[in-house]
Amino acid sequence: MQVIRMQSPNDFAEWRSKARQLLAAGLSPEQVEWRMMDDAASLLDSDDALDLPAATQPVGSVPRQFLDLAEQAICHTDPARFSLLYQLLWALQADSQLLADATLDANSLLTKRVSAVRRDSHKMKAFVRFKSIADDSGLERYAAWFEPEHYTLELTAPFFARRFDGMMWAIVTPYRSAYWDGESLAFGPGGSKSDVPQDDAVEDDWKTYFSSIFNPARLKVAMMKSEMPMKYWRNLPEAELIAPLIRNARQMEAEMIERTATQPPSRHLRQQAREPDLIENAAEITSLADARSAVQGCQRCPLYEHATQAVFGEGPQHADVMFVGEQPGDQEDLAGKPFIGPAGKVLDAAVEKVGIDRSRVYVTNAVKHFKFEPRGKRRIHQRPDGGEVQACKFWLNLEIGFVKPKVIVALGATAATSLLGRTATIGKLRGAPITMDDGTILFVTNHPSYLLRIPDLEGKAREQAKFEDDLILVREAIAGLCTRH
Amino acid sequence: MAALTLRRKLAILSDAAKYDASCASSGTEKRSSAGTGGIGSTEGSGICHSYAPDGRCISLLKILLTNFCVYDCIYCVNRSSSNVTRARFSVEEVVKLTLDFYKRNYIEGLFLSSGIIQSPDYTMEELVRVARSLRLEHHFAGYIHLKVIPNASPDLLIEAGRWADRLSTNIEMPTDIGLEQLAPEKKPSEIRTAMANVRGKLDEAGPDKKARAKKPKFAPAGQSTQMIIGADAADDGVILNRAAGLYSGYKLRRVYYSAFSPIPDSSSRLPLKAPPLMREHRLYQADWLIRFYGFDVPEIIWGGEDGLLDLNIDPKLAWALKSRARFPVDVNRADREMLLRVPGLGTKSIDRILSTRRHHRLRLEDVARIAGTIDKVRPFIEAADWTPGGLTDDARLRAKLTPQPEQLSLF
Repeated sequence: MQVIRMQSPNDFAEWRSKARQLLAAGLSPEQVEWRMMDDAASLLDSDDALDLPAATQPVGSVPRQFLDLAEQAICHTDPARFSLLYQLLWALQADSQLLADATLDANSLLTKRVSAVRRDSHKMKAFVRFKSIADDSGLERYAAWFEPEHYTLELTAPFFARRFDGMMWAIVTPYRSAYWDGESLAFGPGGSKSDVPQDDAVEDDWKTYFSSIFNPARLKVAMMKSEMPMKYWRNLPEAELIAPLIRNARQMEAEMIERTATQPPSRHLRQQAREPDLIENAAEITSLADARSAVQGCQRCPLYEHATQAVFGEGPQHADVMFVGEQPGDQEDLAGKPFIGPAGKVLDAAVEKVGIDRSRVYVTNAVKHFKFEPRGKRRIHQRPDGGEVQACKFWLNLEIGFVKPKVIVALGATAATSLLGRTATIGKLRGAPITMDDGTILFVTNHPSYLLRIPDLEGKAREQAKFEDDLILVREAIAGLCTRH
Repeated sequence: MAALTLRRKLAILSDAAKYDASCASSGTEKRSSAGTGGIGSTEGSGICHSYAPDGRCISLLKILLTNFCVYDCIYCVNRSSSNVTRARFSVEEVVKLTLDFYKRNYIEGLFLSSGIIQSPDYTMEELVRVARSLRLEHHFAGYIHLKVIPNASPDLLIEAGRWADRLSTNIEMPTDIGLEQLAPEKKPSEIRTAMANVRGKLDEAGPDKKARAKKPKFAPAGQSTQMIIGADAADDGVILNRAAGLYSGYKLRRVYYSAFSPIPDSSSRLPLKAPPLMREHRLYQADWLIRFYGFDVPEIIWGGEDGLLDLNIDPKLAWALKSRARFPVDVNRADREMLLRVPGLGTKSIDRILSTRRHHRLRLEDVARIAGTIDKVRPFIEAADWTPGGLTDDARLRAKLTPQPEQLSLF
């Protein structure tokens, strides 16, 4: 039996150099016993001295993952950690893919050791409590006493260096201590609780915060203990508050439930008196601006529940032509403006190409709220149904009434159906003006988003041309009406 | 009125902030003070520096700048009609408290909210001043979460996003009608517009392969929101549908569900009883299943009864018990998507199953070792040496898998 004695409890470099020697010598895990330097010698020890050739070069190969895990596992307090790692190192020489088998005893042990170390290191990051050291130098100096469960100080100290660059600090543990002077990290021997100050001026504020942020109506003591195990409590200043807080919680909750509400303070009554009235009554809508503001409170159909906001029309108050689409899309819903998404760009380009004056155009939709189906992080457009279109006609009628366009263009079947009050088919209605009851001229064409959905280029070009032809009719109609006036 | 001491203000303004469930400090960019002479770092995963006996993590200094508020939201401890003691911190006081706490390693950073005073712009400007001072004057690199005040100006939102890691606007209620009843001055469309504006800025700051120039930073930990559960009559279906709508529209990192709990000087219009903590827990589980396990809202709700989740068993088990025709699943052959549906198997266990089965076929014992539990898994899987036989369709299976109510122990 070859006995190996480790000087440091958690120095991976030391373990690696010894393991290399053993591996080079071909010693199997069964032939090796790992101990700490100060462990008692056994009578059965044949030879303590490592009488093997030094191996400073790599003698085998392992996956990178093993090195990462081993560097952490070696910080565990389990006396068998060194031999576990050697056992795995040995086995990896025969099967380099072995770590992927989660059912292997050694692997599952390694995983457990690594997670215990990671958890301990994480808890150190969480539960170290620095105390300020009063000093004449003007420098900010802090010290903490911490008792980790494993040998995790070296693993964790760089975190504190990254975090507290501008402070001088020390963390003292029973087995080692770490120091940061503002420039470099150093380690020294372990210490005791009395090495750091016992009090800190801010601790009482922290305790005040701890007891005030606690909600006595939500007592979940087991949850607290599992995340903040009691073994750490002795170095947490707030821990002394836990028992009294729990003791009084039920009573505090009961008092909150039983106590009846008091009379509101006078400040509240003054504020209430100042609240402006909002337009909620249709009869009070006397302008386009009124309608634009009132539409935000619309609950005529359920679509308002999930849409961001109502998207009202935009354009000059007395535009010659009003384009009416189906409903706002994802981008329109977010921005609160109609036709700013992909379909809007198609419309703008076509309007410009055929020579309709964009400054005389009002754009809006038959339905003012976005109807969609949530799918993960995206919203999929859904066509509004007849009831929703009907409910929203109220707002479209107001827009038509206030803007009084000479020509209205229905983009797509939903808009045409809304404006005509009956089911409309684009193919049959497009290409000729329809005179509405009030004399307004209506044209019907496709919704620009239809053009975006055509997959083949040829079909797309054909439909684009038809769309532009429809818009040319619109342009001519506007021109004709304008010259007549 | 006698001036309040700083400690008294801290007590009032943290008491007033505790109904905001979020205390997350995770998911932001990697940052450190190394070489800057300042303090603060963020490294991806958040750190809970303490736990209160309510089982909630204390990661941030979560306080209000003031609990004066012009709004009268019935569910809120700070509503204008309440007689709670009012207080207000100065910007400098919040900055000093944050730094004092941070240097002692009590916290990961600051979560600052406020009652609405004077105007949305005025209130937002105050919040932004705190963050600006921490970042610019004190070189603070820790975590900052700021509340977005609806209707505040776009410039203030941009600046808030520049200093803060996370922004949030609370949707408050699962339905707009509920909000109208309980928070008459809050407008649901204004709250959603605030979230839409944040999303717009997140999109602009997001990764764009074409852009060469470095874009200005905007809230690298994204945005979140909170819904109060149990203050109105909304069922779990309504709640989860609302959450799904919000996730799909505003790039939210999290929707928090906060069981309504009694507040001091509470209005008589509220259900004054112990908060529905188990319901809240089930909603979080359902939320997780929807975001990471491929479930959709109707499936989750179908597992329960009358639009409510089963309080006795978790929503995945509830769904599986009603979907037994889809089981057992062969752990040696099934794809990841189907393994995600097996009760008792989480994403990490599934990763290990997938990597191990490339080596050898898994026996029941192997699955038990990987999953850490087998009772809930066994009826729903087949393994190399295991087939559940009649167990999957056993009429008593539900009863067998329902945990016995735990006896509460005195502390």
